[in-house]
Amino acid sequence: MSLELAAAAAVVLAFTTMVLLFAGAPPLETFRQIVQGSLGSWIKLTYVIKVWIPLTLASCGLLYTFRIGLWNIGVEGQVMAGAVLTTFILRSGVESGHPGLVLFAGLLAGIAGGAFWAILAGYLKTRGGVHEIFAGLGLNFVAQGMVLWLIFGPWKQPGIASMSGTETFPDALWLPYIEHLRISPAGIGMALLAVVLTAAMLRYTRFGLYLKAIGSNEKAAFFFGLRPRTTMILAMICAGGFAGLAGGFQVAGVYHRLIPAISSGYGYLALLVVLLSNFNVWVTPLVAFFFAALNVGSIQLPMALQLDSSLSGVIQGTLVLAALAVHALRTRIRRAS
Amino acid sequence: MSEFDLTIILAGVVAGAAPVLLATLGETITERSGIINLSLDGTLLLSAMTGFAAALTTGSILAGFAAAAAVGAATAAVVAVFAIRLGLAQVAVGFVLTLMARDLAYVLGGPFARVEGPLVGLAPIPVLSGLPFMGPMLFNQSLPVYFSMAMIFAVWWYLYRTPPGLKLRCVGENPDGAYARGIDPDRTQLIHAVAGGALVGIAGAAFSLCIKPGWGQPQGCEGAGWIALALVIFGGWHPFKVALGAYLFAFLQVMSIHLQAWFPDVPAQVFQAAPFPLMIFILVLISLAQRESVLRLAQEHPVLKALVNALTGAAPAALGRQRKSDS
Repeated sequence: MSLELAAAAAVVLAFTTMVLLFAGAPPLETFRQIVQGSLGSWIKLTYVIKVWIPLTLASCGLLYTFRIGLWNIGVEGQVMAGAVLTTFILRSGVESGHPGLVLFAGLLAGIAGGAFWAILAGYLKTRGGVHEIFAGLGLNFVAQGMVLWLIFGPWKQPGIASMSGTETFPDALWLPYIEHLRISPAGIGMALLAVVLTAAMLRYTRFGLYLKAIGSNEKAAFFFGLRPRTTMILAMICAGGFAGLAGGFQVAGVYHRLIPAISSGYGYLALLVVLLSNFNVWVTPLVAFFFAALNVGSIQLPMALQLDSSLSGVIQGTLVLAALAVHALRTRIRRAS
Repeated sequence: MSEFDLTIILAGVVAGAAPVLLATLGETITERSGIINLSLDGTLLLSAMTGFAAALTTGSILAGFAAAAAVGAATAAVVAVFAIRLGLAQVAVGFVLTLMARDLAYVLGGPFARVEGPLVGLAPIPVLSGLPFMGPMLFNQSLPVYFSMAMIFAVWWYLYRTPPGLKLRCVGENPDGAYARGIDPDRTQLIHAVAGGALVGIAGAAFSLCIKPGWGQPQGCEGAGWIALALVIFGGWHPFKVALGAYLFAFLQVMSIHLQAWFPDVPAQVFQAAPFPLMIFILVLISLAQRESVLRLAQEHPVLKALVNALTGAAPAALGRQRKSDS
């Protein structure tokens, strides 16, 4: 395992250095900037945690759909749908006088929004015969269109609509933060709870066993009296629920309003996280933390080195591909000998 | 554009469809061999950037297209080698590559963003371009557009009228059977994945050097790769129907620009999202057309039968499947 990791890391380092040299950026300085920008100070670390929370939530959800053999690419749209419903509840509750209750309801609505968006893709798959990749992807673009329409249409800021998003909520409707630590205990709690809950669901419940059985052999599971279609929808609901909660956190805990890029690509990134974790629930939060650090560390690259911040995506993608390849190669060699 | 000039609109459709058309034809070749290259969306961006950058630095449009084709072929080769030699899931590798190629395009393309660059000009064909109606539509286009039209027939000819095309289709349907007949499935798949990828690369350059000139973030072709992947299903893996889908899609895109002019209150982004629910809807229709109850009903209604026949086209039987090679 550690040998595989070292081999994959070497490949990533070599490839990234090549890309950087090609782009005309100094490799060592770039790597230093990324580490400095993510772990260099307590404030930077809190930014990483802020990314880690939604990323972990969305990744946990994907474990359910991967277990049953579904490629839930629609996770990106599910994050957005959750963010939209959370925004809706928070907007309606601005003058209610019970901010705590409104926040709680808002996050629940986020879960519902994500789950609803996932059910759409699930039904298109099980009843409509549309592959979940295309159903989910189409719905992602629809969700993005919906977010933009809301920001420029019904929910536009008083005066003029702008790409900066909807009006910011009053402080009372922000997810509580510990002032001098700048972290949200509620957010961290949600992410940790999601990990433990997912681990327990997949390992110890009948539902988890069904997911695995159908994922391994759908036909055999059907003859055993399991209902693959219904279980697929349930798996999609779990995935969408966690993704929606991630979207709700983006609204209530990070941006405090709806912005066009509310999902920040965390849905797609979560797919990479789970692939690199090799579908292991305990490894997932660690990989999510590493990816979050890469994302945050790359933010300042355009300022410091005139380098696009998409560099984090190049590193993440290379890492996943290298890890998959090294793992496959090793299994091959082991089987051959 | 207040005047509704059909000739201009159709000429715009034929030109605008060219990149997506090339990408779908490339993916058709790849998928016919049994390999899914899911990386199209990222590949298009990366090859669009490479094509533009290469043409700008060398001053040669041809070099731009060649570089883009090489990038497309290389990306496809990664998918094919990972799938064939390492036995990895094609969908997983393709998806990771989609994101990675996109990010790579943004990182490497930084210096070329919003720079004035070369552009492929129109090359009207003498005499023919003077024809009424057909002239401006088919014979007053740029070279990449002519190339895209020629490729429809070339791909069809290759698939259905040549021995290598027959072998390619064999491998896509039944690689083990092909193997027993002395065809090397791995080699066939690798070659055609790379060839299809090269076409996708050319499609990327057709975007940045012709249809949506220039490089920037966003470039304007984001999402086109996913549309191309869906169009291959829509076209039932047949070059003619796939091409029809590409033209239909381009027509809808041109119409959405007109719709935008008619409804100025609706933000542009909504129209940009519009093709996607349509894509889902069409995929549902295609799936429904293959239901047994619909097929039985179709036997009694000639019109419905023709419609179902037009809509259905079976996927290559071994598409996306991992093969256990004995070697």
